[in-house]
Amino acid sequence: MAELTLKSRRFREEREGQWRKLEELLARAEKGTSQLSDDELISLPVLYREALSSLSVARAISLDQSLIAYLETLCTRAYFFVYGTRTTLIERIQAFFREDWPNAARDLWRETVISVVLTALGVAVAYALTASDTSWFYSFIGPAMAQGREPTATTADLRATLFGGSDGFLTVFATFLFTHNAQIALLAFALGFAFCLPSAFLVFYNGLMLGAFIELFVSHGLGIEFGGWLFIHGTTELFAVALAGAAGFRLGWTLAFPGAQSRVDAMSEAGKKAAIIMTGVVAMLGVAGILEGIGRQLISDTVVRYAIGGAAIVLWCTYFYLPREPKA
Amino acid sequence: MSSAEAPVRRSAPAPPALPERVRELVTPEGIDLKLRLAEMSERATAFFIDIAIMIGILVGGTLIVFLMALAAGRRSFEAIAIIWLLGSFFLRNFYFMAFELTPRAATPGKRAVGLRVATRNGGPLGFDAIFARNAMRELELFLPLSFLSVYGREAGGWGALAGLVWCAVFVFFPLFNRDRLRVGDFIAGTWVIRAPKRSLELDLAAGEADSGIQFTRAEVDVYGVKELSVLEDVLRRKDPPTIEAVAARIRAKLHRARPRGETDLQFLEAYYRALRARLESRMLFGHRRRDKFDQP
Repeated sequence: MAELTLKSRRFREEREGQWRKLEELLARAEKGTSQLSDDELISLPVLYREALSSLSVARAISLDQSLIAYLETLCTRAYFFVYGTRTTLIERIQAFFREDWPNAARDLWRETVISVVLTALGVAVAYALTASDTSWFYSFIGPAMAQGREPTATTADLRATLFGGSDGFLTVFATFLFTHNAQIALLAFALGFAFCLPSAFLVFYNGLMLGAFIELFVSHGLGIEFGGWLFIHGTTELFAVALAGAAGFRLGWTLAFPGAQSRVDAMSEAGKKAAIIMTGVVAMLGVAGILEGIGRQLISDTVVRYAIGGAAIVLWCTYFYLPREPKA
Repeated sequence: MSSAEAPVRRSAPAPPALPERVRELVTPEGIDLKLRLAEMSERATAFFIDIAIMIGILVGGTLIVFLMALAAGRRSFEAIAIIWLLGSFFLRNFYFMAFELTPRAATPGKRAVGLRVATRNGGPLGFDAIFARNAMRELELFLPLSFLSVYGREAGGWGALAGLVWCAVFVFFPLFNRDRLRVGDFIAGTWVIRAPKRSLELDLAAGEADSGIQFTRAEVDVYGVKELSVLEDVLRRKDPPTIEAVAARIRAKLHRARPRGETDLQFLEAYYRALRARLESRMLFGHRRRDKFDQP
């Protein structure tokens, strides 16, 4: 049989240069588009389409499997680059604060209401139980959490915990509070996956602890002062926890009742929305941590504490729920 | 034209379906990229590499912070404690996210194994999806870990057992679905695919064209595409005992003796060229011969 040059070999020799060029551009582009000149950036989609057409031809005429595998991986890499996200980090952050986060929070308003109601229910239950019998206090709050704030403590001691100010580690304390709370909030969100129940429990339990503390201070005649102590950061922090719980509820609810879409599609939509909320929650907890760790320790005037906490909640609600002009 | 009155095959193989872990992704240009999903073993490898890196960073970072504290004395203790607390928080929560947000959408471990994250519908991979898939690690990884180390001891026998079962559901979730999705992938609409960097290998048909070994039409009609690709593998691997065995097998099949001065490698390369030329020219006329049982 006479040895002819194979068509597939001629095909490869003609196009090989383009593939290598694309490969080289991709390697640089994946490190960051600033690595490429304008001309190179413009030529990338063209080279990508040429590589795709090469792949299509190669599948039809070539039996060199390593060539086809090479083209498949090359085209896949190029596809993800060409059709990937094109926004810069700054643009993404802007879009997040301008639209994504408040929109997602507004969309989850039902879940947020449920979350708030559950917390309030927890507060009411714990308050009523502790008021009827102080030993209930210990069922809600462990000794590590109480740190001496117990029914047996004197009013003076309790007052000291509310106004005992700076011990030099304010910012460390703030940072610790932030990381700890953010971790808990992330857990509350993730747990929502198990049909809402664990999230609901966490939110409710949060309310129980709060209720027990409130009763403790009110019964010692320190209700107003405790309110100020709690209010300064609590409005932001509790709101953040409520949103985290709401994100968890949305996940669990969608898993149980996906609605018109398939369960898989509905879950990925709900998951992405909840993720946006959670990103915001982490930011909110950062603010709360600063208010709690620094603001509360430095500001010991109850009226100012109420003012700051009140301003915070008004600001958050305005930001999330006030209708905004639709973007043209 | 042949399939209608095809003679009886000795064993008719079913037409090749897509292999198990290959998923269709048709680009807007209308070409199927045939994505290959990552195997569990590969993902586990990538994960362990990442965990090793994270632990390395944590240990190294702690040492550096500790040395800084020693050098700076008590006064800067506060700043150093903040650096450590924030550093470990960001490492735990944002290590995976930060790397998956880059254009390669892969952590160092995934890069090492040749994997990347992609959306299941082929669209762009947004920040929300990456956040969702990684926030779920809290449930899949850190909760079981903290359970094992702390709560397990407090909860007692049955409590610990219930906790372990609960954790196992999430840890082994990927083994119970077709697409090998973790809970995080499920929530975020993503999956992990193979995206290795391959270099273009030499064309085996590009060797010196005339080695003087000729084959008749009957001789090149013995095999099909499947055998050709096996032969390609053998030639690329260049393992001497295999080459010898395969050459002997093919010579026996073709009833050819081994002429003096002809090495096994020369023979196989020449046969590969001839077979590929024959099969490709037939492919141009619309017949792709699957394997040796697929009669022309």
